[in-house]
Amino acid sequence: MNIIEVKNLIKKFGNELIAVDDVSFDVQRGEIFAFLGPNGAGKSTTIKMLTTLLHPTGGSIRLNDHDPAREADAVRHSFGIVFQDPSLDDELTAYENMEFHGVLYSVPKATRRERIEQLLKFVELWDRKDDLVKQFSGGMKRRLEIARGLLHHPKILFLDEPTLGLDPQTRNHMWNYLKELNTKEGITIFFTTHYMEEADRIAQRIAIIDHGKIIASGTPEELKSQAGKETLEEAFLSFTGKTIREESGGGLDSMRQHRRMWTRR
Amino acid sequence: MSTIYILWLRQLKRYVRSRSRIIGSLGQPILFLLSLGYGFGPIFQRAGQGNYLEFLAPGIIGMSIIFTSIFSGMEIIWDRQFGFLKETLVAPVSRFNIMIGRTLGGATVATFQGIIVFVIAVIAGFRPYHWGMVPGAILMMLLVSLLFTALGTAVASLLEDMQGFQLIINFLVMPMFFLSGALFPLQGLPAAIDIIARIDPLSYGVDGFRALLVNTSHFGLVQDIGILGIVTAAFLLIGSYFFSRIQV
Ligand SMILES: Nc1ncnc2c1ncn2[C@@H]1O[C@H](COP(=O)(O)OP(=O)(O)OP(=O)(O)O)[C@@H](O)[C@H]1O
Ligand SMILES: [Mg+2]
Repeated sequence: MNIIEVKNLIKKFGNELIAVDDVSFDVQRGEIFAFLGPNGAGKSTTIKMLTTLLHPTGGSIRLNDHDPAREADAVRHSFGIVFQDPSLDDELTAYENMEFHGVLYSVPKATRRERIEQLLKFVELWDRKDDLVKQFSGGMKRRLEIARGLLHHPKILFLDEPTLGLDPQTRNHMWNYLKELNTKEGITIFFTTHYMEEADRIAQRIAIIDHGKIIASGTPEELKSQAGKETLEEAFLSFTGKTIREESGGGLDSMRQHRRMWTRR
Repeated sequence: MSTIYILWLRQLKRYVRSRSRIIGSLGQPILFLLSLGYGFGPIFQRAGQGNYLEFLAPGIIGMSIIFTSIFSGMEIIWDRQFGFLKETLVAPVSRFNIMIGRTLGGATVATFQGIIVFVIAVIAGFRPYHWGMVPGAILMMLLVSLLFTALGTAVASLLEDMQGFQLIINFLVMPMFFLSGALFPLQGLPAAIDIIARIDPLSYGVDGFRALLVNTSHFGLVQDIGILGIVTAAFLLIGSYFFSRIQV
């Protein structure tokens, strides 16, 4: 019972850069799956292909038995996502962002109202619900993104570095909530993170990607014993090496932003 | 339906909240209306063409609509840069509906802007020949707004970032405005300009405004509506096609 099946997936940007290089993996229905890898490894690019935002250069994807490239609408009905980069409307209030999402995902009005209140309280933004998002701090925006991602209950939830920039309290809180969603409603969770202890604690299975290729996969215990290390962090480092990636995804993104800024004239 | 509505509502909220944008976008039409209207008025009159303000006001309404509409359509680029576009692109809503909701929102905003310019023109001394035709003129504004918002969406779907924006304004919007007959009559123009004016959809929009507000027309109201309707439908289709192919 695989809810995600990826075979020989390839994504090239331009002619030289192969961001995702012949990747294959499966995720079982109801599983909590972590997708780990150094900066620029190809995690977000893979997620974008799974979620219909990018077309693969090659290979095949089945997501809840549909092909994201050809049956985008069917696929979009099966997942929810919290993106790595911001995706809120700054000119709307926190509540309006939630409401907008709820309507787009056809969450019935009563459920919508109830969940918005519950989730905004959960991320401690309820008293700021009528403030414009542009007045929020980075962490508050992140919390709102997460709350919004949890507003509808999809079959699969993609979380691309959801805990980035969150304090430990909020992180714990969030993972508890997600684990409960996972057990109660059987929602499959696919997440990326750079906190290894988080992956170790939460994930049932892990795939490690580096330079666009999957270099290891298995349960956290299996990975540790494969590498012969005590902790997942050590195992991760032994799989991926200790060199720092010059093209860090975040770094490159901000470089692209800069280029835009400078050439805007 | 409710998804189209929420997208429409979002465009409106953004408009109402950006007071500087409203005021800024009114400065240009007012300047044109007053400086050209009063400045060229006497010459226009002497040339036997009648009241210039009466001629100019529908053209300036057209100007304000084309700029606001294209700008609204191109807001997609902002949304892409600020990341919000992703949120709508992964939603379980057909991209056609998303494009329609956005376009209706942008067109409503542009129509609003057109109405404000109309009111300003009235304050400056402009009088429609029959007040009963004003609602018709407003519908015409909505049609023209839809057309150019769809065009803005189509163009913006092809652009990755803001760099192309200035290019579009200078090489598409400006020529469409200046060669549309918004500022001068289309009679007796050199052949080349006449042909361009005939290809320019804004010509039919401005002509339609004149037909409804001052009862003069170059092409005839029926032809105006027919051509605007067809071009709007075409731009909506092209726009939603390009929009549906966006990758981020
Ligand atoms: N739109 C794009 N155009 C060109 N190259 C891109 C684009 N998006 C990503 N890349 C490149 O693809 C590679 C993989 O990037 P990706 O964002 O998938 O990494 P990641 O694993 O998510 O990294 P991080 O941990 O930093 O988020 C990087 O080399 C990146 O520069
Ligand atoms: Mg990433």
